[in-house]
Amino acid sequence: MKSEIRNAGNRWRADRTAQKSHWLSVSNFRLCCTVGFFYWLAALVVIGLTAFLTSGIGSFETPYRIIWRLWLSPFHPSWAEGIDETVRYIVINVRLARICLALTVGGALALAGAVYQGVLLNPLADPFTLGVSTGAAFGASLYILFGWGGGHLLGMSTLPIAAFVGALAALYLVYLLGRVDGRIHTTTLVLAGIIVSTFLSAWIGVLKSLNEDSVSTIVFWVMGSLSGKSWGHVLLVLPYLAAGGAMIIYYARELDLLTLGDVQAQQLGVNVQQIRFRLMLAASLVTAVAVAVSGVIGFVGLVVPHLVRLALGPHHRRLLPAVFLVGALLLLLSDTLARSFLPNGQELPVGVVTAILGGPFFCYLMLHRKKYLQL
Amino acid sequence: MLSNASSKKIPAAVIRVEDLWCGYPGRSVLKGISFQVERGEFIGLLGPNGSGKTTLLLTLSGVIPFQSGQVEVMQQPILQLRHKDRARRMAVVGQESTVRFPFECEEVVRMGRYPHQNRWQLGNAIDAKIVKKAMHLTDTEALSDRLITAISGGERQRVSMAKALAQETPILLLDEATSAMDIHRKLQVFRVLNTLNRDEGLTVISVLHDINLAALFCRRLLLLKEGLILADDQTEKVMTSETLKRVYDAEVLVHEVAETGKRQVVFLP
Repeated sequence: MKSEIRNAGNRWRADRTAQKSHWLSVSNFRLCCTVGFFYWLAALVVIGLTAFLTSGIGSFETPYRIIWRLWLSPFHPSWAEGIDETVRYIVINVRLARICLALTVGGALALAGAVYQGVLLNPLADPFTLGVSTGAAFGASLYILFGWGGGHLLGMSTLPIAAFVGALAALYLVYLLGRVDGRIHTTTLVLAGIIVSTFLSAWIGVLKSLNEDSVSTIVFWVMGSLSGKSWGHVLLVLPYLAAGGAMIIYYARELDLLTLGDVQAQQLGVNVQQIRFRLMLAASLVTAVAVAVSGVIGFVGLVVPHLVRLALGPHHRRLLPAVFLVGALLLLLSDTLARSFLPNGQELPVGVVTAILGGPFFCYLMLHRKKYLQL
Repeated sequence: MLSNASSKKIPAAVIRVEDLWCGYPGRSVLKGISFQVERGEFIGLLGPNGSGKTTLLLTLSGVIPFQSGQVEVMQQPILQLRHKDRARRMAVVGQESTVRFPFECEEVVRMGRYPHQNRWQLGNAIDAKIVKKAMHLTDTEALSDRLITAISGGERQRVSMAKALAQETPILLLDEATSAMDIHRKLQVFRVLNTLNRDEGLTVISVLHDINLAALFCRRLLLLKEGLILADDQTEKVMTSETLKRVYDAEVLVHEVAETGKRQVVFLP
């Protein structure tokens, strides 16, 4: 009798704990989702806030209470009442356009870098080290030299397409050069990329001296700059970036599997050749469109994926969006430095700033995280 | 009535290889081999280095193309199968592989569910259950949170095995899948495979260097040498000193161990 009661009590307790752990596990799951959502929201808020703060920086001093009203003016014109038209123009059409362009270009370059590193299993791969960026710049400047720079197709500028062709040609050349006995090696591929990149940089110099007027300053193409960009450039980037980015996100899971190596990915049911080809195309398109508006900006595509991978792990479904956001933020900060560091409205090329910021971080990786880089 | 009875007697071949030639330009690795594998067999693929064992497995799994001949998996030519269909019929555990990206071991096992998953709806409760079971069978639960880049070679092979089991295929191909494990783990893995083979009709084809391990678990042996099949029969019939001498060019003693009733091999110096 006594033992029966004890048993019943035990059973009741067991039921309770079972229920409790069940309830806990469900809530844990919800908590994780909420925390995840919270992180994404926080990232967006940080980017928005940074954009807001940087739109107040510049040689033309503007108090933030005016900038606040100007930010809201597109939603309702009454907010901009009583503000000088010149101020409005500078904040909205000069600074904010440039900020948006920095965000899209930075995100695009970082995204492309993450894809190249994942597809090629190469920690040193990025749009710059593979020669893709310089190839795109060469394609674009050749296109401009022939006087087709203003060409339009279905309302979209064709300049990114020229850059895309240049990017693919350079990538193919690097691929041919980097192969040893039919296999691609980490170091030979990057070596080939640097060679092709240097070679094409020289040719951009030649193109520039052939026609001083049409091909803009060589520093723009080789070191990158977002100076003097407008909303038109943002609109030019967006459709191509959306197409390439959608393709990349679509294959995020396959990117995870590709990191196991070709044979294993194939045996798990991934159409390796086709998907790798499509991913390389998408990453090159995204790079090309970024280069077409901003020139060659190094280090963003190399450093950001490593940084985010160290923090979030290698799962591409999480990694890719985060890489885009961090890349966007990094280039926005770099560009703000580039346009405000020197006195009297002089500008540094933004590629200089990214290299100065990114170089030491990569040195840290090389010195302390050799195992992570697997060099 | 009669035809019914006879059709019952002929078991369906899950793999059919006919006059398979395979290799690289100017050099054939497999020189016209033919064999059939029936559902529920446990086959050991043996032979000296360079005899074409790995090439055969890679061809069977559709990774490398072949020059001529036919390979059918469950009545369908391998080259006509879609990638995911192939991965739903056949899982492969390869030789030791290095994973360069620091995934958690559980995530690597979860990748085995890829061929069953639809792009937009991933990782349901059934998947989670199968992953858990695969990790339980290979005794890798303790590794689930560890990074695949930070564990030993033998542990990595067990994770690889769990990934292949999570694929839930009727056919399992192993290529030296236990080479980095200690003997206790080897036996453990093969016992699990034996159980799956017996209870669930899993067809196992395993490349092995260890003839004695093959003798313990495989019921049929395929001996390859220089791209040709030298012997293909039940283990007891193949495990003779004459046959093994022909394959390995070494003096061999074959004993029958009374306690297990299995043959074991001793190579003479």
